[in-house]
Amino acid sequence: MALAKPYTDIPGTTIFDADQSRKGYWLNQFCMSLMKAENRARFKAGERAYLDEWPMTEEQKQAVLARDLNWCIRTGGNIYFLAKIGATDGRSFQQMAGSMTGMSEEEYREMMVAGGRSVEGNRRIGEDGDAQAHRQPQGAAGRAARGA
Amino acid sequence: MARITASVYTSHVPAIGAALDLGKTQEPYWQKVFAGYEASKAWMEANRPDVIVLVYNDHATAFSLEVIPTFAIGTAAEFQPADEGWGPRPVPRVVGHPELASHIAQSVIQDDFDLTIVNRMDVDHGLTVPLSLMCGQPQAWPCPVIPFAVNVVQYPVPSGRRCFALGQAIRRAVESYDEPLKVQVWGTGGMSHQLQGPRAGLINREWDNRFLDRLIAEPAALAQVPHIDYVREAGSEGIELVMWLIARGAMADVAGGAPPKLVHRFYHVPASNTAVGHLILENP
Repeated sequence: MALAKPYTDIPGTTIFDADQSRKGYWLNQFCMSLMKAENRARFKAGERAYLDEWPMTEEQKQAVLARDLNWCIRTGGNIYFLAKIGATDGRSFQQMAGSMTGMSEEEYREMMVAGGRSVEGNRRIGEDGDAQAHRQPQGAAGRAARGA
Repeated sequence: MARITASVYTSHVPAIGAALDLGKTQEPYWQKVFAGYEASKAWMEANRPDVIVLVYNDHATAFSLEVIPTFAIGTAAEFQPADEGWGPRPVPRVVGHPELASHIAQSVIQDDFDLTIVNRMDVDHGLTVPLSLMCGQPQAWPCPVIPFAVNVVQYPVPSGRRCFALGQAIRRAVESYDEPLKVQVWGTGGMSHQLQGPRAGLINREWDNRFLDRLIAEPAALAQVPHIDYVREAGSEGIELVMWLIARGAMADVAGGAPPKLVHRFYHVPASNTAVGHLILENP
């Protein structure tokens, strides 16, 4: 019997389950290595060379080099592990979370100050909330892309 | 005999720790968060426990993907604040209580909960931010702390029902300890938040406040709420709230005693990506 996954119908959300964890094992373990100051320094001095020390897939390495956290998550990354990359870059959790929405840092911060993202329309895939696939990217970037 | 005097519930947002450590508490954005804990700090001064059992989750700090314990109790004499990538927080080391921790482990394991016993681990913001919120910036934390880590990072995470039952087992363990210690149990994490994907930034004020209402008044029924409801309604990281049910399960009314006294309740949006919730409940 396959793993029961009642959570796959939530838009814009990847649950870090055993399948994701297996896929992302080395990506996440690489992130974990950045908790040591000397490893952060070595990574900063030569990102590609440092990544090549890990048995990660080429796609995972590209996702890290691009700092595309949605891409990292698709390839098995977990946000608490990926946060170590953000810390190495000097980025806050808010900057990291915001980067996954397509909004600018300021737009995302304003959304949070105004009470955060509403759950309305964002409970299930197929509704019309702002986290749904057809409304990405969000913010001014998305409006421009959709010609609105 | 030891007894549980109170339970404390609070979010453990890392940015709150950073705001404190970087001296930003007077900025208007952060003032609104810290104002909600002024009464709590005064209450802590007046109701200092002998030991805190602090339920939190490790955020890929002490536990990587190599070992993922569902429930882990820290039995060491001390625990260092972890370097989570920004350098360790400038907060005091955490002094443990190995005797009570070992007693809880023995009692709870023989009560059918399979705890992992941890003699060496660094503690991250999940544990140190609640201490900062409740105790300010002292040279040393006011009492020993027993770290109790719950896996809410990789699925499957424990159910609310399991957490609530575990809290009851912790109460039985504490009450069978010979020394007359005053023990507080803290449940931390949450409230609604999501840190990943296009749905990042989700907040559900209505759901959170209903959670607070029910945690106070009908925790046994609240413990039946399945994971999927937390994720759908309170965001993927909102699942941390199951940890509050451990602290609530340890209160006297769950075992037939009198209802707890609500000493303090606070709710604020946002702290970074997260809704901040906070309760103090005292056993009569």
